[in-house]
Amino acid sequence: MKDRFNLYRFASPATFYPFAGTLIPYFVAVSVVFGLAGLWLGMLVAPTDFQQGEGYRIIFIHVPASWMSMFIYLVMAGWAAIGLAFNTRLSGMMAQALAPTGALMAFLSLLTGALWGKPMWGAWWVWDARLTSELILLFLYIGYMALTAAIDDARRADKAGGLLLLVGVVNIPIIYFSVKWWNTLHQGSSVNLAKSSMATTMLWGMLLMAMCFWMYSIAIALMRVRTIMLERERHTDWVKAELLGKAGDEK
Amino acid sequence: MIHWNSFSDFVAMGGYGFYVWGSFGATVLIMAIEPIVVARNRKATIARLKRQLRAETRNTAE
Repeated sequence: MKDRFNLYRFASPATFYPFAGTLIPYFVAVSVVFGLAGLWLGMLVAPTDFQQGEGYRIIFIHVPASWMSMFIYLVMAGWAAIGLAFNTRLSGMMAQALAPTGALMAFLSLLTGALWGKPMWGAWWVWDARLTSELILLFLYIGYMALTAAIDDARRADKAGGLLLLVGVVNIPIIYFSVKWWNTLHQGSSVNLAKSSMATTMLWGMLLMAMCFWMYSIAIALMRVRTIMLERERHTDWVKAELLGKAGDEK
Repeated sequence: MIHWNSFSDFVAMGGYGFYVWGSFGATVLIMAIEPIVVARNRKATIARLKRQLRAETRNTAE
């Protein structure tokens, strides 16, 4: 039994904490490699777009940031569901650790969208279904953070925040399918499983940048969750040992 | 292989320089600042928890 790999072991903060610590440098390294490869392909190799000229290159930031803003929310909602169903300690911490990065991704999506919209549509902002639902996503992130910060008891904060996350999850398919369901100014999806409308180098540049953003998000969330763990578990023996031992020496 | 003829072409981005570099600049800024904020917060939290722990152990020893 002992040498069998047990996933549940990592549900305990005491085991997850050092495990996360060893993983962070790898995620950072992989993120940098993907980022450099994606920038090289997207900014140096990929051809000019026949409709949008060089302005389309915003896509290499805009699409990865938008994907991550939606994906991080889904992961948080997943953690919320697990936390509410099984009352696990780790899930609330994970949702907490992901929220600021998700909010930043939603913000980047809106900002780069505005910088893209201005030259292509002639407007920084329009109240179009895609843009509006993404703005609501940003507000959901901010609402989650404000709500959990306002409740002193961490477990109750997790429960209230978790409910907000689960209710708000309805917004994700709305964002994703908005360009299909409504007539929007926002262009349709450029990536399809069957046939992509993009040049190969453009597509690969975008996918590499998406991987870079993904790995970055994991790394930063793991960094954040380790601090949250110390804070929340400060009365446990393992945190005391950690604080008296090596925690002060490492970054 | 490289799409650009000159460095100034690359910077100009076919007239979209402000929008393209604005997007990339904002992203680089956020991805540089976020880890710094997280790391500083971590340091401050560890220092505070250590202080609290030392104060607790002193109190129980007395």
